[in-house]
Amino acid sequence: MISDTILIQVCNVSVRFQQYTALDNISLEVQRGEIITLIGPNGAGKSTLVRVVLGLLKPQNGSVYRQAGIRIGYMPQGLSIDPVLPLTVERFLSLGSSNTKSALERVLEEVGAVGLLMRPLQNISGGEMQRVLLARALLREPDLLVLDEPIQGVDIIGQYELYELIAQIRSQRGCGILMVSHDLHIVMSATDQVVCLNQHLCCSGHPETVTKHPAYLELFGARAGRDLAIYTHHHEQGKPNRE
Amino acid sequence: MDDFLWRALLAGLGVALISGPLGCFIVWRRMAYFGDTLAHSALLGIALGFLLNLKGNLFSGLTLNTLLMLTTLGVCITISFVLVILQSQKRLATDTLLGILAHSSLSLGLVALAFLQGEGLRIDLYAYLFGDLLAVTQTDLDWIYGGGALVLLCLVWIWQSLLSIIVHEELAAVEGVPVAWVRLLFMLMVALVIAVAMKIVGILLITSMLIIPAATARSFARTPEQMAIFASLIGGMAVALGLYMSWEWDTPSGPSVVVAATGLFIITFIIPISALLKLFKV
Repeated sequence: MISDTILIQVCNVSVRFQQYTALDNISLEVQRGEIITLIGPNGAGKSTLVRVVLGLLKPQNGSVYRQAGIRIGYMPQGLSIDPVLPLTVERFLSLGSSNTKSALERVLEEVGAVGLLMRPLQNISGGEMQRVLLARALLREPDLLVLDEPIQGVDIIGQYELYELIAQIRSQRGCGILMVSHDLHIVMSATDQVVCLNQHLCCSGHPETVTKHPAYLELFGARAGRDLAIYTHHHEQGKPNRE
Repeated sequence: MDDFLWRALLAGLGVALISGPLGCFIVWRRMAYFGDTLAHSALLGIALGFLLNLKGNLFSGLTLNTLLMLTTLGVCITISFVLVILQSQKRLATDTLLGILAHSSLSLGLVALAFLQGEGLRIDLYAYLFGDLLAVTQTDLDWIYGGGALVLLCLVWIWQSLLSIIVHEELAAVEGVPVAWVRLLFMLMVALVIAVAMKIVGILLITSMLIIPAATARSFARTPEQMAIFASLIGGMAVALGLYMSWEWDTPSGPSVVVAATGLFIITFIIPISALLKLFKV
């Protein structure tokens, strides 16, 4: 019997593309109200695992359980719209689900992107685009949010802000969040559990324990420790609302 | 005005009406070459139609025009499926596959027609390649408006899904859009429009009716829906202008329509129409 706080459970999943093994015997679980972060180097299979979770890819081995009637909000990795398609932020947001204009304005306020509604999608900044993508995922009232590299193309200050926003969404909406990150230094603070992936599952657990794990250190080297120190330093200078 | 001129105008306007919105999706999805390939393969459909007409009493209930339309549609749909199968093998890039299909089916069609001509068939190849608005019959009109209405209804039905797929296919799939079905339906719609519009601007020019009005409409439009409507209007203007040219100077009607469409496209580049629109706060 699977507990009803479990939103999604991936069991012993393997994915192969012809000769190449993208995922080897991976297990993962996301519970309601929990933030799980997938980290790993390029080509580690993070996006493949996300596609398995979303149901876009059927694994050759293993099983995927999704809670009955689960609503998944997905924020894809970077979006570029061809300039030949005239599309405002408003029209883009209404593509995923039908909503009133005031609902669209409310969700833009939630993600901190007020006043973008009538702007063409091609004319907004990278940071604004990420927030608009997040807004489209939130409009579906998701039980589970899947965010693929949410900080892509965002400057360092914006990255902190986005992670804070994600933590805030979790505490306000109580949804589970599965997030992919390329790197880990900033991610660590906002996450309950880190899963370190490199085709196989290297290690997982609380951020503090993962950063001390030999497999993690081998994968990311000494640089990782340094980056984390920078963050901790930054944090001591008075980032609010942490623990 | 003569009867045939009215029919020509009605047929042209009908084609412009459908190809406006459909052409927008072709431009947005970057499927111009796909449209071109289906159009080229239409000649094979024509050859097949003439062959069946020559041989079979099976199809004696159908007029020749209807038979040609059906065989063209059949060949276009077959080519679409062949393309999907070849694409799924991932051995050659899509534009290479399209090039192979387009030119091999066109050549096969020409060779087949040559054999049929050897058997005593008389056809005006020029009219099929470049269109002949002035030879439009009542059957053609029925097909254009019947097929057109069907395509427009389908397009309205899948509009939101199709747009969602263009923006981001995987996001659309996660949000519950049946991506494979919508794409298949869209391909069938393109095939149908090419089969019915072939008579108007011809096999070699038909893609231009899909693309040029849509591209022209882009500079005025602020939403996808506006772009689709403007593309229909611009297509309609091109048809009227082209037909006038053809009537006045005895130029070939298909190319005249395309020349008119190109003229409108160039004008929108020279005159800053979006600035004018702002001036009048439209």
